[in-house]
Amino acid sequence: MNPAIEVENLAKSYGKLLAVDHISFQVKRGEIFGFLGPNGAGKTTTQRILTGVLEPTEGRVFVMDYDMQKGGFYAKRLMGVVPEFANVYIDLGAWENLMLMAELYGVPRQRRKERATELLEMFKLYERRNENTKYFSKGMKQRLLLCMALVHQPQILFLDEPTTGLDVQSARLIRDLVRKLNEGGVTVFLTTHNIEEANLLCDRIAVIDHGKIAAIDSPENLKKAFQSVQSVEVAFAPPFERIDLLEKLSCVNEVKKLGDKYRLYTDEPSEVVNKLTDLTRSNNLKFLTLNVLGPSLEDVFVKITEEHKGWNYDKE
Amino acid sequence: MTKSSRINSELKGVWAIARKDMRIYYLKPPVLIYGIMIPFFLFLAFALGRDVPSASLVPGMIGITLFFTASSVGPIIVPWETRMKTLERLIACPISIQSIILGDILAGFLFGIIISLVPLLLGVLGFGVNVINYYTLSLCILLSAFCFSSLGILLSAPPTDNPSNIMMLSTIIRLPMVFISGVFIPVDQLPTGGRIVALFSPLTYTTDLLRHSLQQHHHYQIALDVLMLLAFIILFLILGMGFHKKSLSKRL
Repeated sequence: MNPAIEVENLAKSYGKLLAVDHISFQVKRGEIFGFLGPNGAGKTTTQRILTGVLEPTEGRVFVMDYDMQKGGFYAKRLMGVVPEFANVYIDLGAWENLMLMAELYGVPRQRRKERATELLEMFKLYERRNENTKYFSKGMKQRLLLCMALVHQPQILFLDEPTTGLDVQSARLIRDLVRKLNEGGVTVFLTTHNIEEANLLCDRIAVIDHGKIAAIDSPENLKKAFQSVQSVEVAFAPPFERIDLLEKLSCVNEVKKLGDKYRLYTDEPSEVVNKLTDLTRSNNLKFLTLNVLGPSLEDVFVKITEEHKGWNYDKE
Repeated sequence: MTKSSRINSELKGVWAIARKDMRIYYLKPPVLIYGIMIPFFLFLAFALGRDVPSASLVPGMIGITLFFTASSVGPIIVPWETRMKTLERLIACPISIQSIILGDILAGFLFGIIISLVPLLLGVLGFGVNVINYYTLSLCILLSAFCFSSLGILLSAPPTDNPSNIMMLSTIIRLPMVFISGVFIPVDQLPTGGRIVALFSPLTYTTDLLRHSLQQHHHYQIALDVLMLLAFIILFLILGMGFHKKSLSKRL
């Protein structure tokens, strides 16, 4: 089966600024693919090109087998899109917003009403469907944007920072729905800087930095690939202020003070635990806490984006 | 999907955009009042204290009503949608930028036609003006409304999200056109320089066609008026769509 998205040597420049720097990747059908990167990395520009909002400077994009430059219209009919910087029409009600989108996506008249009712009920907006959306909260507007993206039952869903700034309930509702849609066969392209969200939702993640793909793999494989960001978290009693002694321990790459604890980054945690035990004995200390931590996706992300200078990790 | 169903889909999209524009931007009391009041006050400003029969000013009043209403709201739609962040959502839909622009033009076109019926009825019922040629009058209103609405959309092409910038540009361009287009003083009574400048304003041909329809007094041939309005429509459409396509990436 052909991939849902195929990106070949994609580049986008704004004058002298190269926002997307010749990237290539594929998204399999039926997967949730996370597109992760710091602010200004080129995430939103990439998504805008994939959804046909912007034209690339170089390269090719295929979405559901359609070349976006030739068959963008047809590909767009299969896509649901929630752009990061988007809003509903605040002078229209939720129902009217949905009807407008359904019409633009060519949903037959009778089906429009059934689908709008179904979605508004699912997103708990049905009771307020005729109310002007200018009175809606951010969470309600975001849920309505998602309804608008789903009104034509898309095969692929593009979400750009879908839960940013939302309350916990709205964010959870959206995440649960993304999972449910994916279980029903919808491919999801999730652009986010929320690492935990990507970790919880995505089958695979691409990390983009300075317009280049720095890594693509599953969250767990990415963590495994960065064993050097394993750490030992330790707190002593009485409090121990000699960070210089901790830094001198062999096998310790970096030490960070986190409140009353220290985090010692290492690629050999058992060796560090032995050294710490020696340290407590020689300084008459006791362990208050001692935890060995695997690399979090956040650690991996920071490591990749800090170290990514022309270096490219791509397992595939 | 065949080519004809693609065209059908685009046309439905044009209609959906036009209805959205009418609902959001046009059918609001302040806009409707503005659409009627501004031409009315301009008419009064020229009619009061002048020794001219009021009926002879009716074509001019219909002309500026058409001009101001069809081209008034169009310039702010795209900057406003850029600011309100609804534009990107629209562009992500399966509809071409050309169809979005055509939808915006269609809304201004319909608004212009509906509002221009007010001074027309006022002229016929209040000032006893006779419609001599209904066919020419209808053609004039249709072509002019489309032409002025296209001009309005062309004016919205600079990539700004600040509607007041566009309103300023729009006023600078549109207001002088009222004075050079034979609206209140027929073109043949203008000095030579004025007659030359009048050639470059589409409103000149609207006013002339209205005089054909209502007074039989006119300066150009009907065919020339129609051809010039068609030429301005084509020019505004080509420039408007080209500029909008070019400025799109700067808006987002």
